[in-house]
Amino acid sequence: VYTYITLRDHRARTWDSLRFVFLFPADIISTVEFNYSGELLATGDKGGRVVIFQHEQESKNRPHLRGEYNVYSTFQSHEPEFDYLKSLEIEEKINKIRWLPQQNAAHFLLSTNDKTIKLWKISERDKRAEGYNLKDEDGRLRDPFRITSLRVPVLMPMDLMVEASPRRIFANAHTYHINSISVNSDHETYLSADDLRINLWHLEITDRSFNIVDIKPANMEELTEVITAAECHPLQCNVFVYSSSKGTIRLCDTRAAALCDRQAKFFEEPEDPSSRSFFSEIISSISDVKFSHSGRYMMTRDYLSVKVWDLNMENRPVETYQVHEYLRSKLCSLYENDCIFDKFECCWNGSDSAIMTGSYNNFFRMFDRNTRRDITLEASRESSKPRATLKPRKVSTGGKRKKDEISVDSLDFNKKILHTAWHPKDNVIAVAATNNLYIFQDKIN
Amino acid sequence: MFPKGTKRKFSDSGEEPVSSGDQVPAAPSVATRSLTSSYSLQRQSLLDMSLIKLQLCHMLVEPNLCRSVLIANTVRQIQEEMTQDGTWQIMTQALAAAQCPTDRLVATEVLCRQTDAAAQAGQSPKPFSVGGLEEGYHAEEVVMEGDVETEVTMSTLAPVSPQLSSASYLAGPFVMGPCWDEDEEEEEEEEEEEDGECEEDEEDDSEDCVSEGEEADRDHLSPDSRTGEQVFGTFEIKHPAPPPDPALEELFSDVDPSYYDLDTVLTGMQSAPKMGPYDLLESLSSHGPTALSSSSSCRSDLNELDHIMEIIVGS
Repeated sequence: VYTYITLRDHRARTWDSLRFVFLFPADIISTVEFNYSGELLATGDKGGRVVIFQHEQESKNRPHLRGEYNVYSTFQSHEPEFDYLKSLEIEEKINKIRWLPQQNAAHFLLSTNDKTIKLWKISERDKRAEGYNLKDEDGRLRDPFRITSLRVPVLMPMDLMVEASPRRIFANAHTYHINSISVNSDHETYLSADDLRINLWHLEITDRSFNIVDIKPANMEELTEVITAAECHPLQCNVFVYSSSKGTIRLCDTRAAALCDRQAKFFEEPEDPSSRSFFSEIISSISDVKFSHSGRYMMTRDYLSVKVWDLNMENRPVETYQVHEYLRSKLCSLYENDCIFDKFECCWNGSDSAIMTGSYNNFFRMFDRNTRRDITLEASRESSKPRATLKPRKVSTGGKRKKDEISVDSLDFNKKILHTAWHPKDNVIAVAATNNLYIFQDKIN
Repeated sequence: MFPKGTKRKFSDSGEEPVSSGDQVPAAPSVATRSLTSSYSLQRQSLLDMSLIKLQLCHMLVEPNLCRSVLIANTVRQIQEEMTQDGTWQIMTQALAAAQCPTDRLVATEVLCRQTDAAAQAGQSPKPFSVGGLEEGYHAEEVVMEGDVETEVTMSTLAPVSPQLSSASYLAGPFVMGPCWDEDEEEEEEEEEEEDGECEEDEEDDSEDCVSEGEEADRDHLSPDSRTGEQVFGTFEIKHPAPPPDPALEELFSDVDPSYYDLDTVLTGMQSAPKMGPYDLLESLSSHGPTALSSSSSCRSDLNELDHIMEIIVGS
């Protein structure tokens, strides 16, 4: 992805700040997801709300500017609950949102907190029936004896109203915390994964689901590995993958057995013995796994790197990108302040030629798979005036810090970008920085 | 700068022995490992830090299972390495020799949570079973009654031998229990660091609890036990007494000889190694030799308890 200006390349692109939205200070954005067309962008937050942005039509006068994203719909998806049996609070935080492919005028999405998945229908209403016989326009009932003639109600245009209604609630299927949901390519089923189990649901059926993976040991004391993420293959509806806290990925085929405890493929990179430390396992824990749009590759994010795997090769990734290698010498401190457990997500661009992931200090990183170029950008108010070009950032690791560089010790570890999303077709990205959502686009020079 | 308010600066200034270089060196050979005192200091502090984290994770409303597992694996890894070094035995023996009265050793159930179905109010400590050791440790009883402020009562026995006392919980397969287990509330547990889980919550009825054993455990594990004590201090179990629910009391008013037992079972607290009804359901199939001496009697009560739970929960 062409993210910095080079005078040599006449087709160089720069990343613009298109728009940013300031959400309530109390709410931290917990998930970001474009729909299949890219027209809608959904965000979930810690307060259980879902906010959907819509891409405005580009204006004909200024075709070089993409349209803006504006708030389309806001609704409360999940409420805090209390599990009386265990005396535990169930957070309303939205862990994941996944859109369904659009089949009619309405939009559907799945949103989940730790325990319950909900299917929401978002529909527009821009017409209203007027001219009822039995009631006035303001709703008051008319006296039937006063009615002297009948009329047929007429549909009149009204201000656009976007309604969100819960259509299905998939509950009580997860003992542990749900970390992933993924819609299958058959558009009829989806999977949900918690720390130890993966369930397969039918979108129409809420009272039961199939358990397809169960790694809970008979004796919980023997538990050493948990499921960290899962995803359905984008094209083959019988294939899915799940990643673990030990840095492994298992690809499973649902045709093989009802319970996919034995993987069809097992992806693991051998450990480099020279860099082994007490933190090796923790930093190898995979926080996100994403198939490429083509279905040929998958990408995994661990603490320090992003790896691209060819599904045909299990013994090592085909590409490895270092996100913030300068943190390797700081692992002990990061373990102490728990940052080492941060779960970063990653995403592909529409053509699978670039990948993006977040880091600390509101930095996020993009890697061009073809040119092997990478860039670090910052999502911050200061550097993101509308239409301003983003400046590449650099972290200095050596002793000598150049101008405009920031030293590792000055990084703000409270400002972490865990959630990013890339438009499925265009070079538009959404970056969640705590409670701010940034939307950037590229500008063709 | 750091989310959890860590005081330490994020620089490898190397002033404290702990942070003498944030780098944990790549694993040297066994011989060189034991020779490098800074390495073993770092390793020790890492162990302490990990154990504190595991303890603290019990305080959370819902411990993050992935995090707990990763920390537990780290501790296990350190323990294995120290066992290979021979430093593990040395340490445990030194601690055993220097230890405080043995009755502070714990291999017990510390009840830090009630799974009180009727409790809308706040979090209470989670039942936590550390039991099941062959050495015959007594279960620790935490008595919590409606309006009574109670203390942790430790009815621990002296272990069979001072040697065993420390070695038994430190050596052997390292087991981290209910820290991540939501539905299985009783675990075989040899590591007392999980005892006395405290739960801090922001709600009004917060209960703090920790066992004195916890402090002792910290002592046992590390000559420098100040961290542990600073973390846990000396807490008492206080039951802030939510106004008694008349309906609930009436319900149990005539259930007497086992009033206490029923109450404790319903509220998730155990005397002797009994488990709550739902824990029992979960772990019946999965546990092998547990400390459940009264499991059979529990089972028969299950249906009755189920019924009562339904009434309470109003389902």
